This record gives sequence, C-alpha cells and structure tokens, in this order.
Amino acid sequence: MNFDLSQERVMLQDSLRRFLRDRHSPQMQNAAQYPPGYDAGLWSGLAELGVFAALFSEKDGGFGGLGADIAVVFEELGRAGVTAPVTETCILGGGLLSRLGDSNQKELITGIMEGSCQIALAHAEPDGRYDLSFVSARAVPQSDGIVLNGQKSVVVNAQAADFLIISAREDGAADASEGISLFLVPSGADGIVMRDFALVGGGRAAEISIENLLVSEAARLGPAGAAFPVLEEVTAAAITATCAATLGAMISAADLTRDYLATRKQFGRPIGSFQALAHRMADMMIALEQARSAVILAAGHLEASRDVRELHASAAKNLIGRTGRLIAEESIQMHGGIGMTAEYGLGHLARQIVMADHRFGDTDHHLERFIALTAA
Amino acid sequence: MDLNYSEHEENFRSEVRGFLAAELDPALAENVRLGKQLSKQDHEGWHAKLNARGWLAPNWPEEHGGAAWDAVRRHIFEEECALAHAPRVVPFGLSMLGPVLQKFGSPEQQAFWLPRILSGEDWWCQGYSEPGAGSDLASLRTTAERDGDRYIVNGQKTWTTLGQHANMIFCLVRTDRSAKQQEGISFLLIDMNSPGVEVRPIVLLDGSAEVNEVWFRDVGVPVENLVGEENKGWTCAKFLLTHERTNIAGVGFSKAGLEAVKRIARHSRSGGRPLSENPHFAARVAQAEIDLMAMATTSLRIVSRAAAGQAPGVESSMLKVQGTIIRQEINDLARRAAGVYAMPFGSEALDGSNSGLPDPVDAGPVAAQYFNNRKLSIFGGSNEIQRQIIAKSLEGPGQ
Repeated sequence: MNFDLSQERVMLQDSLRRFLRDRHSPQMQNAAQYPPGYDAGLWSGLAELGVFAALFSEKDGGFGGLGADIAVVFEELGRAGVTAPVTETCILGGGLLSRLGDSNQKELITGIMEGSCQIALAHAEPDGRYDLSFVSARAVPQSDGIVLNGQKSVVVNAQAADFLIISAREDGAADASEGISLFLVPSGADGIVMRDFALVGGGRAAEISIENLLVSEAARLGPAGAAFPVLEEVTAAAITATCAATLGAMISAADLTRDYLATRKQFGRPIGSFQALAHRMADMMIALEQARSAVILAAGHLEASRDVRELHASAAKNLIGRTGRLIAEESIQMHGGIGMTAEYGLGHLARQIVMADHRFGDTDHHLERFIALTAA
Repeated sequence: MDLNYSEHEENFRSEVRGFLAAELDPALAENVRLGKQLSKQDHEGWHAKLNARGWLAPNWPEEHGGAAWDAVRRHIFEEECALAHAPRVVPFGLSMLGPVLQKFGSPEQQAFWLPRILSGEDWWCQGYSEPGAGSDLASLRTTAERDGDRYIVNGQKTWTTLGQHANMIFCLVRTDRSAKQQEGISFLLIDMNSPGVEVRPIVLLDGSAEVNEVWFRDVGVPVENLVGEENKGWTCAKFLLTHERTNIAGVGFSKAGLEAVKRIARHSRSGGRPLSENPHFAARVAQAEIDLMAMATTSLRIVSRAAAGQAPGVESSMLKVQGTIIRQEINDLARRAAGVYAMPFGSEALDGSNSGLPDPVDAGPVAAQYFNNRKLSIFGGSNEIQRQIIAKSLEGPGQ
C-alpha cells in the first residue's frame, strides 16, 4: 500500500496551490460579488493552468480524470474557498458527455477544458429531495422530435451555463431507475424558464420550468431510458469532488482557528493555552484526519465496481457531513464574534462546509444509503 | 408537587392569546416567522402595544410600571408570544438596564430613565465588549476621565446589537487606570447623539447587519449619568449579565422553532413521502423535543426559585448553556429538513433584491438563521465562560 500522491499529482497540487494563493482567498469570496456566480478571470486562469484537463482522461484529450485527480484538484479549490462551478461543468457535465456523448456532443469537452464552455445538470426536482432516481419531468416523442415538460430545482450554475443537461422520464414510475433519459440542450432554448438566485454557500442556481421544450433526437445523450447508471456514476464523482473541496475548506478553517488560538489573548494569555479550548482543537485535528481518509477511500474506489464505489461515496459524504459540521461550528465558536463576520474568511469557509451537506444528499441520506448498500 | 397550571394561570394564558389575536399584526407576525429583519418601527410599534396593556416589562416591579409577574406567568407569556411569532422584545432597556437602574440607580435616575424605557422615548444599546475585551470583559480599555462636571470618554465598543437604532448606550468604562482590572470600572449612560460618537455596521456571515462598532472620541458625558459609585461599575455589570442570561434559555423560541421544523418536514417529500415520516429524521426531532420538554421545566424550576424581580445565580449559566444547545440543534434540524431549499441565499429575499426565491417547503431563510444563531453560544458571556462559572461554583467540598 502507498498513500503518496504520484509525482504528476504533486506537481498539479503545487502549481494549483501557488496559483490560488496569489489569485484567491476566502476573504475575497462573497455571494453577491460575481454576477455569473463565479470569477470569470479565475476560471480562465484555472483552464490555462490545465486544472480542467486534469479532470478528463487521455481519451477525451485530458491527462487525468481519475478519482485521485478529483481529490487533488478539489481539495485545493476548497482550501482557497473557491466556489466556482467546476463540479457542475467538468465533473457532472463533462462526465456525462464523456460517458454518453456521440462524437458531436463530445466536441464540447474541448471547450470545457479550455474554459470556454459552461454546463449545468438540471436533474433534481422539488418533490425528489435527494432521491437520484426521482424524475417526474416527461419526455414524449412526437412527429417532429421530443417534447420535454417538468420542474427542476436549485440547478447550480444554470444562469451561466451554455448548455443544460436535462433529465426526463420516457417510461416508468416517478422514482424508477429505468426510463430516465438525458438531453443536451442550449440553455437559451425556447421552453426553458429560469428563476436565478445566489446561494448561501457561494455561486448561483436557478429554478427551471421546462414548458413544451421541443428537442431533436440528436439532443438525446446516450440511449433512451437508460441514463440512471451513468447518472449514479457521475454523481459519485461529484460527491467525491464535494467531499474533497469540503475537506480543503475544513483544513483552512482549522488553520485559521489554530492561528487564532495562538495569537488571541484573554486573561493575559493566548486562549489556546486554556485546556477547554486546546482539547477541542485536538478533537478538530482528529476529525480532520478522519475526513482525509474518507476522501481517500471515496476517490480510490471511484473506478471500482458499482456497489463498492457507491458504498465509499456514501460513507465519505456522511463522514464529511458530520466532521464538517463539527469543524465549522467549533471554528466559529472558538473564534467568538470575529468568526461570525462577513469580512473574515472563516465565515465563507463555514458556509461552504455546511452548505455542502445540502448537495448530492446530506449526512442522513447517505447514512440510510450506506445501510441499504451494506445490507444488500 | 403539582405539574398542572392553575385555573388562574390558564385564564392568564387565554388572556395573552386574546391580546395577541387582537393586537399582533398578521403581516408583522409573518415577517417574524420568516426570519426577516424587522424595522425600527416594527419594534417600536410592538413595544407600544405591550406598554399600553401594561405588559412591556414583565419582570419589573409595579412601582416602576412593571407587571411584576411570577415565573410561571412570564413563562406562559413568552411561550405564547413565540408561538404567535410576535417580535421579540428588545432587551437592552427592559431586561438589562432597567433592573440595573432599579437596583443601583439614584431616585432621580430611576424617575427620569425608567419611564422613557417604557414609552420608547429611548432606545438603548449595550456597550460592553471591545475588540480586545470579549470573554475577558474586565480587560476593557475605553476610558472616562473626569473633567469638571463631565466625563470625557475615549475608546471603542463592538458587537453592539441594534446600535444603529439606539439613541442611548450604557457602557462599561475605565475610570481608574491604576486600579487592577475590575476595580477601576464604572457604569456610564451615554447619549449616542453626542459629538464624537460614531456607529459603523458589521456585516455578519449570514448577510445581516444587526451588530455594530461604536467609537468614542472625546465624548463629553454629564457626571449625573454615572450609575452607582465610580469604580464600582463591575458590580452593576455582573448583575446585568445574570439578568441577560435568564432570558437566554429561549424556551419560547425553541418551541416555535420546533414547530417550524415539523412544518418544513411535512412539506419536504422524500421517496414520495413526507420527511416527517422518515424514522431517522423523526428520531432527531423527537430527541430535540424530549430535551426541550425537560428544559422548559428546568427553566421554570430555576426561575421560580428566585424571588420576584430577582435573577437566579449560577443556575442561569446552566440555562444559557442548555438553552443555546437546544436552539442551535433546532436550527440545524430546520436546515436539514429544507434539503436543497436551504441553499438559496436568504439575504437576497430579506433585503428585497430578489423576492422570487423558491421555497416550496415553506422553510424561510433557514440556513441564514442557522448561521446567525451561532451567536447564541458566543454572546452574553460565551458558553465557555458559563461553564467556567458553573465549574467555579462547584469548587470546594460537596454539600
């Protein structure tokens, strides 16, 4: 066994860390700061650095694309408090295009890697909560194409996206895993109505109404009614990315707290010298090591068989949900009032950590899923 | 022992409900329910209605215009107000300064300032914390130097809640720099409109702007605004903090919060069924409810042990710690219950820049409330300080 990163990944990690140190910090992040929901200059910088290409395999023209690449990239993004839609465009969008796209559709991958193409996945629905197979939007074939209708909830990066990947049901009950299809549609198409808003954890999202959206057969991504296994696979990758980014933010929050405990003086001594706080800082560091291991397990099993992959993805999301809450809340508490201010970077990191629990299934959802997967 | 409310107490509850039904504007209650930031006028209007009914100062003695209710009545009142989503009574004048003036103020100070608190003529804020003096409050550095019949005040206060609305601030200031820590501190009433006072808002991580920094540069304060003796202000400060803590158990808020969690969980559907039917989530809610039931009684027991108008001692620290743990847990449950609909940035809706936020589960800005209420375990003496007070009281042989 070897837990060391490969030399290439160490180089990727170093260059990304250096780039972000000069370019970005949590203090700069503010939900209202960037109209598209992210810093466009930072985005092109990441593309130039090859960060997006690291998230695609060689057959797609990239130089990575494995779980370990996702873990390295997203931990660095999370450390710096970056909430740009890399998961949406590269992991979900790029992942679906790579696995299901025909040669025309796959051409978008080059644009993604170059930083010129944005994607959003319009999948979750108001009544589905975190249930991945819940799709009540309908796709009905007619003489001149396929007509889509439905509602999609909190579609992250919708407003900035050039293309939406929309899930809709061609067959089966609302929560059946069979019968789900995906469609690649320009985001400005007639029949797509967006209501856009900022997110607590950074970035923007939209509620989307799909009203008699007419698409051609060529818009279908992959075979009809068989998208679910691939959706599950890219969601596991997105969970890994989210966990790694959250781990990065947890590391930064713990670093800030450690520094604060060493420098803030009350009662004539650094507050970190009080055992009541020192032991809690120690608990945070223990939780951080557990979180690191959970991310390593999820990333390392991303290319494994379905059951093994899903088990580790759910385990990581549950553990990161719990340890993330601990570190976010304890970091704020041990800082006191200063930790509550918008001006100080901890507030942004805490929002990033806690709100990650609301994406791709929360702590409870993945606990239940882990139980189901281990019972099987 | 009798765990039932008496007939008198039940009648009182009906009376409170009748008052709330008649006087509480439904639009205002809805804003409270949704966690929106209330305007100064919202607060003042509600205070005026309570004052007209004689209910604005439940803990004050009758001679000063208070209701002089016992613990049970106060409990019933707070519970009904919270469940009806009435605005919280702004505590700085009523729960903090009022009791201090009644205990330490001169007859002239009482006669002048207390009626103005009730009438709303003065809006008070609290000048305790400083950038370098948080948990270690006694290390405060704002100075007041005697100059004839005035004090000249210089320094900075912080975390001043709703200071943007206030015309008066009660401050802890250092009047003797040579004395050790607590011994050189005085309790001073300062007019915020004096030359040299500056208020700057601090934006919090949920986007709200309810706390402020207050700066004093050569601010002149008449000597008659000194409460109690010079250099004995720490006694007032401690007395006030105990009163502040009594209200901080927040049983009423927790009950209203738990109702909200249940409502959101009924609207959130998971696997085709309401989240409220999910055994795992239901267990979390049940556990919070069990804790809250016990705490409501703990709070009643402790508060009723103290004489009317008096605050309990070390037990108030216990109420603060337990009360904030439960409130924060309920905020966490509300956030979880809302699922993806916790993600929209509430402040866009609160400040009116985006009124079209999706909220099919009727959650309101639950994430903003979760983050905002992290303050509960920090302000009014952090939970670490409260535990220290409790631990200190346990030193020495047991009884």
